[in-house]
Amino acid sequence: MKPSPRLIPLHSDSGTDLSPDEQAAVTVALDGQCDQSALLPILHAVQDALGYVPAAAIPLIAHQLNLSRAEVHGVVSFYHWFRQQPPGRHVLHLCRAEACQAVGGRALEAHVMRTLAVEFGQTSADGAVTLEPVYCLGNCALGPSLMVDGALHGRVTASRFDRLLRQLRDDAGEAAP
Amino acid sequence: MSVRLYLPGDASALSVGAEQTAQALIAEARRRGSEIELIRNGSRGLFWLEPLLEVVTPGGRFAYGPVTAEDVAGLFDAGLLQGGHHPLALGPTEEIPWLKRQRRLTCARIGLIDPASLSDFVSHGGYRGLQQAFAIGPEETLKTVADSGLRGRGGAAFATGRKWRTVAETPATQKYIVCNADEGDSGTFADRLLLEGDPFALIEGMTIAGFATGATEGYIYLRCEYPHAARALRKAIATARSEGHLGENILGSGHHFDLQLRLGAGAYICGEESALLESLEGRRGQVRFRPPLPAVKGLFGAPTVVNNVITLTSVPTILAEGADSYRALGSGQSRGTLPIQLGGNIRHGGLIELPFGVTLNELLHDHGGGSASGRPIRAVQVGGPLGAYHPVSQFDTAIDYEAFAAIGGMLGHGGIVVFDDSVDLAEQARHAMAFCAHESCGKCTPCRIGSTRGVEVIDRLRAGQEPLAQQALLRDLCHTLTHASLCGLGSLTPYPVLSALDHFPEDFQPRPVGSTVQ
Repeated sequence: MKPSPRLIPLHSDSGTDLSPDEQAAVTVALDGQCDQSALLPILHAVQDALGYVPAAAIPLIAHQLNLSRAEVHGVVSFYHWFRQQPPGRHVLHLCRAEACQAVGGRALEAHVMRTLAVEFGQTSADGAVTLEPVYCLGNCALGPSLMVDGALHGRVTASRFDRLLRQLRDDAGEAAP
Repeated sequence: MSVRLYLPGDASALSVGAEQTAQALIAEARRRGSEIELIRNGSRGLFWLEPLLEVVTPGGRFAYGPVTAEDVAGLFDAGLLQGGHHPLALGPTEEIPWLKRQRRLTCARIGLIDPASLSDFVSHGGYRGLQQAFAIGPEETLKTVADSGLRGRGGAAFATGRKWRTVAETPATQKYIVCNADEGDSGTFADRLLLEGDPFALIEGMTIAGFATGATEGYIYLRCEYPHAARALRKAIATARSEGHLGENILGSGHHFDLQLRLGAGAYICGEESALLESLEGRRGQVRFRPPLPAVKGLFGAPTVVNNVITLTSVPTILAEGADSYRALGSGQSRGTLPIQLGGNIRHGGLIELPFGVTLNELLHDHGGGSASGRPIRAVQVGGPLGAYHPVSQFDTAIDYEAFAAIGGMLGHGGIVVFDDSVDLAEQARHAMAFCAHESCGKCTPCRIGSTRGVEVIDRLRAGQEPLAQQALLRDLCHTLTHASLCGLGSLTPYPVLSALDHFPEDFQPRPVGSTVQ
């Protein structure tokens, strides 16, 4: 990691608890950044690369931006999008907002939770899917809606969800060694 | 000769299989040796017809929809490339009644053009507004925007011209234009459709705002739940920059303006302008005390215009066509057109841009065709999750900021969510309080704690524990939220709660034992 010239290292940041992959992702995200206004873009870059923001990344980010660890932790924990634990192989954002409620969103939500045997924020036992709540995906005339790994799905019925879930589990099976 | 086809690459169209349709079209054309040019446009906003396929014929664009991958071979058999007849044929696109009866100004290019093509944008009237601004100068540009009567389309409906003038007249070495694209309200998607279908329009609008106020830097704060819009915007910004429409000396005017895209991170509160600014500065999205207004002391302490996507994209048309032609549309103090979004339990949902003044009844029945379920419509929520629930008796209300304020509601960002008679309004009221608790930034006590207490009071009310006392407590709590919260999240949550209680008291009767309270 190249320290920014205006920063005075107060302590050594070598020897963190990050794995080599994590370390690489954080280093890329921090490259050339030295201003607090870059904090959200940095956190997005780390999460896009790893799927989460490791707790051990927080001191590195704080050091580079000349912030306290508490300030960075405060931002990570404030925003619903950022997570500090690795997710499952797929992340499913299920819409809980009113327009989806008006077309059976609550029943779908119950079905999804029952099928995956998880609550919001949890990962299914097989590690295939992490379920996250989202309040509106902007697909309000084609609900109920959900998003899987950034791909939007509309008019999702229980059976359409079951088909989708089979695909997600099959994808994972093929990817496994 | 190659035949040009349009099929939306818009997130909503993709959500119902547009990508599979596109692949099938390409494969089928190759199999038959037909040459096609497939353009991925934005969605025209007739969502029940998505994926909506258009073919360019000598007689204009012909529409087919909804076209799934399985329909493609049959469409080719029916002479799709010549605009042939087929059960899915809808005739000339512009003649589809749902589209024909609209008045599209701000959303005119969505679905019409290739959103990735700057030349397509320019050949459909793009950058005429900016050219006009350069021709008349900043002062006349400010005056034109003020004279048009344009009010902020994000929800607060503040006069755009006044906001811009405050920024223009506040001395500072650096000023900013910030676009609020944190479209978090349930039932709204106009920003998303615009960003995906006509992204250069926003760039043009922001450049005009910069020119008028003396700001040289802009930020678009887009919610991260819109990855498709983020891709479209990134592409458009890069193209505009490489073609000299952003950066130094734009179009040879000597004026400088550049902008950056920033992504939110799932916090609804960042749609509130001061929380949005905090977020851009790299902090928790907590609202700021005001004064000072962002127009005086906003991003990084500098004078800042914060406007919604639709507000900014309405400006180029106003400059190109003149303030008078915009002001001539509308009703009362609500001038011009509003992109109305019809969603939820509605047969023909989508984007309807019309002058202010159309009534809810007309929108729900003449445009929307009634509920999707076929059951009677019982309630609509207008203005997002903080908007009121309106009963059938209020459906003759006109789309007009003051008319909605008069019946205890608000127009907000123009989203209308439709519910049929299976809705439980007490459950919806509870959801409003729970949503406020989930999204509260925590800065002020009424919102942070009041919302959680609100959920508990509604639960007790529905369980039949001293219902009269609980009702009084709920009203008292809502009074505190309305008058003592720092921002709209806390002060507007009572709208859905009290409107549900006032108009649908029967839903708050105690539940039979064993019924679920979520």
